[in-house]
Amino acid sequence: MKVSLFITCFNDTLFPQTGRAMVTLLERLGCEVDFPEAQTCCGQMHTNTGYQERGLTLARRFERVFADADVVVSPSASCVAHLRGNGAGLDTRLVELTEFLVDRLGVLDVGATFPHRVTLHPTCHSIRLMGIGDRPQRLLEHVRGIDLVEMDNADECCGFGGTFSVKNADTSMAMLADKLCDLHNTGAEVCTAADNSCLLHIGGALRRQHAGVRVMHLAEILAAT
Amino acid sequence: MSALGFPAAAGLALADSQLRRNMRNATSTITARRAARVAEVPDWEALRDAGAAIKARAMATMPEQLEALEASVTRAGGQVHWARDAGECNEIVGGIVHGHGAREVIKVKSLATDEIGLNDALAAQGVEAIETDLAELINQLGHDTSSHILVPAIHRNRAEVKLLFERTIARGQDLGWDITAIAEAARRHLREKFLSVPVAISGANFGVAETGTICVVESEGNGRMCLTLPKVLITVMGIEKVLAHWRDLEVCLQLLPRSATGERMNPYTSLWTGVRADDGPEEFHLVLLDNGRTAVLSDEVGRQALHCIRCSACLNSCPVYSRTGGHAYESVYPGPIGAILTPQLRGLDNTSTLPFASSLCGACKEVCPVKIDIPSVLLHLRGRVVREHKRRLSPEALAMEAIGRVFASQRRYEQAQKLARLGRGPIVTAALPGWSTMRGLPEIPAQTFRDWWRTRSQQPANRNGNAPSDRNGTAP
Repeated sequence: MKVSLFITCFNDTLFPQTGRAMVTLLERLGCEVDFPEAQTCCGQMHTNTGYQERGLTLARRFERVFADADVVVSPSASCVAHLRGNGAGLDTRLVELTEFLVDRLGVLDVGATFPHRVTLHPTCHSIRLMGIGDRPQRLLEHVRGIDLVEMDNADECCGFGGTFSVKNADTSMAMLADKLCDLHNTGAEVCTAADNSCLLHIGGALRRQHAGVRVMHLAEILAAT
Repeated sequence: MSALGFPAAAGLALADSQLRRNMRNATSTITARRAARVAEVPDWEALRDAGAAIKARAMATMPEQLEALEASVTRAGGQVHWARDAGECNEIVGGIVHGHGAREVIKVKSLATDEIGLNDALAAQGVEAIETDLAELINQLGHDTSSHILVPAIHRNRAEVKLLFERTIARGQDLGWDITAIAEAARRHLREKFLSVPVAISGANFGVAETGTICVVESEGNGRMCLTLPKVLITVMGIEKVLAHWRDLEVCLQLLPRSATGERMNPYTSLWTGVRADDGPEEFHLVLLDNGRTAVLSDEVGRQALHCIRCSACLNSCPVYSRTGGHAYESVYPGPIGAILTPQLRGLDNTSTLPFASSLCGACKEVCPVKIDIPSVLLHLRGRVVREHKRRLSPEALAMEAIGRVFASQRRYEQAQKLARLGRGPIVTAALPGWSTMRGLPEIPAQTFRDWWRTRSQQPANRNGNAPSDRNGTAP
């Protein structure tokens, strides 16, 4: 299957390892991977901050860049949700990574090994906007050696919310503080998610705490052997 | 109302650790109870659809529904008044109270009367309004304001209430720490008022156009006392509370208690139609309040805020509200519903921070019994704030414009990636002071994904999944 990656500007710049893991994983599963270099941003930040015209322009630009793709796979549930919400879902050709693996390829065991204690942050946009359900859990359950632990209040927001985290920094940090308590209570070494935006937020605080807990995108765990 | 704006007001609330503990305990308890009660209804989704449809239809035909309501209330012996705004409404209510020579009125818990500042308006006319809902009484005695639609004193705990009562209605007594004994003090205080005050004022949960029936839903029974004992009853009803048909109550009265308090049925549901000889009040006045509602109705996206049945499920489930409490919203209507209702009722001038008081996590939309798409309305209002209330040359607008131009071109985007790598540190940190207080920034990696992709494409040997290893050691 020929797959075009929509890596998103955020991952391209800040989390290149997630994109590399996507390539590793998808090629291992027999996909032919392509990265259209004209891609930039889906416009989510503009839309969510009130600059909807600009957000829509960028969503339209995304559609043009990927017009000829067979299937477009992205490691960001929130960007996919934004594009679909703005009519730029390329009919049904734009999918989030776990949707692609479970629904399109029909695999749960992707051949990964990751012998660590891991907890999943389900992310609001993954479960509530995208409705990807328990696909990430099911994929993780099939990883060899993994010790998957559930976090209390897992489906609660970590407080990121894009520009919310800056406009309402105090509230955002109060939410993050509670998320970190629940995270630490699991004893996990790694906090994973199907979206790096939450992980930027959670990971930023973990770094400050010198907590010895890492954040890793789901794709990186699934790529590990 | 002098407004701090949400970020600053929330900052004050968040610094109060007792408040945060009270809020977290209360909201998590109610949320869990709601989830259990909702889960036992097999057709809950169908009920929500029905609730949404009932409200949408009532709003779409509002002029007809209100005229029908007026006709049926009048037919049943009630009197209907129309109030354009808070001033008119307070004048009408004050006039009726004075007409009966009353110096005191007892009140059923009502958001509409809080919205229009009725108690203060009556006080200015020499009339004391006595709140009879326990939590409203607590707030009134403490010169405090409501912080929750349904549980107005949710920010208070038992000890705070005990001490407040011992300073006010139970002066000189030691009430102990038992909740029943503390509540008993309020009960004794209120019972005397129920039996002596001649005028009661209520709000309305629903008003049925077809029959002229008004409905008030409550837990304590104090509302029932107000609705049945005094000679005169005045109900202030926001015009969006109108329902077309009696049968609509069947849906709404299933949705409301389960969503609100997590109860299968609320303890007291009072329904009355006009007046009746030898039973209940001798005189009934219904004041229909607009106060900005028809303006909301003219906004195609925003109007769904008027579908709200005031269950407060969105407050309890909101990760923002459950941290900050209600006062941070600086409105009678806090939480997610308040963030979309207050700016529309009052105008965006002094409320422009409210649509941004959400991380857009979607928890509110998931629990709303009438399926109000709160996140979409928040986005819509954010757009209105930017278009109508932000200077085009504000730092944010300029930055968004510049970033937008960068993203519009691959070349500019790639140049910006290089700059970010070089300019990381002071520039990025200065741009995001709110961010860096608790959260570190990641090192901007030396190689973007696209740079890696290009080098990889040039080295065919690397094509078979042999991605270069990285910091996290995740790639093989």
